[in-house]
Amino acid sequence: MDRKFGEFGGQYVPETLMEALLDIEKAFLKYSKEPEFKSELKELYENVANRPSKLYYASEMTKDLGGAKIYLKREDLNHTGSHKINNVLGQMLLAKKMGKKKIICETGAGQHGVATATIAALFKMECHVFMGKEDVERQALNVFRMELLGAKVTSVDSGTGTLKDAVNEAFRQWTREVDDTYYLMGSVVGPHPYPVMVRDFQKIIGEEVREQILLTEGRLPDTIIACVGGGSNAIGIFHDFIKDEQVSLIGVEAAGQGIETDFHAATISKGSTGIFHGMKSKFLQDEYGKIMPVYSMSAGLDYPGIGPEHAYLYSIGRASYFPVTDEEAIVAFEYLSRMEGIIPAIESAHAIYYAMHLAKKMDKDKIIVVNLSGRGDKDVYQVAKFKGVEINEQ
Amino acid sequence: MNNRIDLKFKKLNELNKKALITFVTAGDPNLETSYKVIEKMIAEGIDILEIGIPFSDPLAEGPTIEKASYRALESNTTTDDVFTLVKKIRKDYELPILLMLYVNLIYKYGIDKFMAKCGEAGVDGLIIPDLPIEEVQELKSNAANKNIYIINLVAPTTKDDRLLMIAKESEGFIYCVSSLGVTGERKEITTDLSDFYNRLRGITNLPLALGFGLSNKTQIDGLKGEWNGFIVGSAIVNIIAQYGIDSPSYVGEFIRSLKD
Ligand SMILES: Cc1ncc(COP(=O)(O)O)c(C=O)c1O
Repeated sequence: MDRKFGEFGGQYVPETLMEALLDIEKAFLKYSKEPEFKSELKELYENVANRPSKLYYASEMTKDLGGAKIYLKREDLNHTGSHKINNVLGQMLLAKKMGKKKIICETGAGQHGVATATIAALFKMECHVFMGKEDVERQALNVFRMELLGAKVTSVDSGTGTLKDAVNEAFRQWTREVDDTYYLMGSVVGPHPYPVMVRDFQKIIGEEVREQILLTEGRLPDTIIACVGGGSNAIGIFHDFIKDEQVSLIGVEAAGQGIETDFHAATISKGSTGIFHGMKSKFLQDEYGKIMPVYSMSAGLDYPGIGPEHAYLYSIGRASYFPVTDEEAIVAFEYLSRMEGIIPAIESAHAIYYAMHLAKKMDKDKIIVVNLSGRGDKDVYQVAKFKGVEINEQ
Repeated sequence: MNNRIDLKFKKLNELNKKALITFVTAGDPNLETSYKVIEKMIAEGIDILEIGIPFSDPLAEGPTIEKASYRALESNTTTDDVFTLVKKIRKDYELPILLMLYVNLIYKYGIDKFMAKCGEAGVDGLIIPDLPIEEVQELKSNAANKNIYIINLVAPTTKDDRLLMIAKESEGFIYCVSSLGVTGERKEITTDLSDFYNRLRGITNLPLALGFGLSNKTQIDGLKGEWNGFIVGSAIVNIIAQYGIDSPSYVGEFIRSLKD
């Protein structure tokens, strides 16, 4: 199995973890080809995640913007409210086949943690979630949800207390109990085989889009847009279209307070090639290779790196990546709420904003598909705060 | 060209002695203190010196060394400062010097440039905790050109066929991780160390040094296996955390207690 995407990817982890990674790779290669695994996963996708997710024609938004037709891939309607469940179902099934009973994971916004805690409950697995202290505070609701589902949540206050530190701590915990624990990585990041495996469990998004758009429009879309934290919802919707050169693929990064400031998470726009969290990819780092603190109001995009396959797609010019700020994301958050009656996750709102901007410049016969990676209930409190609105939590 | 690591183990072997390898994070809490701590350790007779370059995200480290890394970054310690420190030590001492650092620090610095600076400063080996054997090739020829060894690690989880593969690629000595988990003191090492040692000795003649969780002489003396050396890190870093700029004499005392 190919360990790299061009020069990106690889397995830069302590030796203590190597046998575990090799075991996971072996198991993934074996089971993902087996018809029984495939049909079990299909059944979980349908009955647990509620797949296929709708491809929704955003007629009001399209009319209002007056340009390209906009479709939304409704990953927000999945069980637990985001695309994260697709990957969790795949990996949890694999972990079960491998005989594992203990799961650890990291989480940023809490969406991956909630999805993992949910499926761990269903599969009767012990679940331990690591979450940055900062994120525990801004996503308190998700912390409670995870605990309600029976997971143990550890707040990580080392470093910047965000997603990167949660990943560090999950790795540390994994080296302590690697003999019986499965690390369920939440995005297309980390050492091989995670970027390949997570992509394969997310690619269902793009496969469904192809089928759905061919049915309604009789042709492929012109542009696909998705937000990028680690890059799993983006790769999930891109992957099936990589071979279709006429379909333009656009990832949207978090520009926080602006990429000209020190407060952003725009890895492709401002980062450089490095090696971190087990992979060679693009990172925000200083001249000596120290990883820089990053910022986005969106906990799910607040990450100093990007999956290696994205770094590769960017390097060969197959996908492009653009930054969108907090303020712009909030504009889109409110716009979609008012225009279509859909409250998007603040992560997804980054992609929506870029679509608003692009659609206006495109002809009416063009088609844009936006991956609506999650729903925005979790973000309402934070957006209110950002706007200076007091919400009584009781 | 001889590498000081080989010479040291050869000499220790002739004397039927084990290597004491000790660790300090450069710049914790500042470079001047690091230099004084190192001088003390050398005066007390350590065999090999391991200097950590601070990194923002040391994910193989327990809280002790992680915090040392943050303290060193607080004092603005850079990779270039560490080269200056090594040069200063090298002026007066011939003991082998190893750098412990995360691979991104080398990659971002420029592999070529990094190895050239190591050669110039007098570094003998590199310990890179996030660089398994699968990824070592990218650095190896550059390091070899400057007579710098990349010290490979093995863990209790490493199976025999993999041990063999790593041993074949190794030079200087093999860093044997005593137990699962990150660096840091442990109440107890539960790994079957005699089995671990025997498995390793069955496939390689290289010196085997044991590290992770070693903190005092009684504990070290009680460890099973004919290890060729012991690596002590967190126990020293803890003393530095406690005494700061006053730590050199306390570290010296501690090293003496290990040698007695
Ligand atoms: C709704 C939503 N979208 C996107 C992301 C970003 O992750 P990724 O880039 O892996 O899709 C997250 C992460 O938490 C999320 O919750």
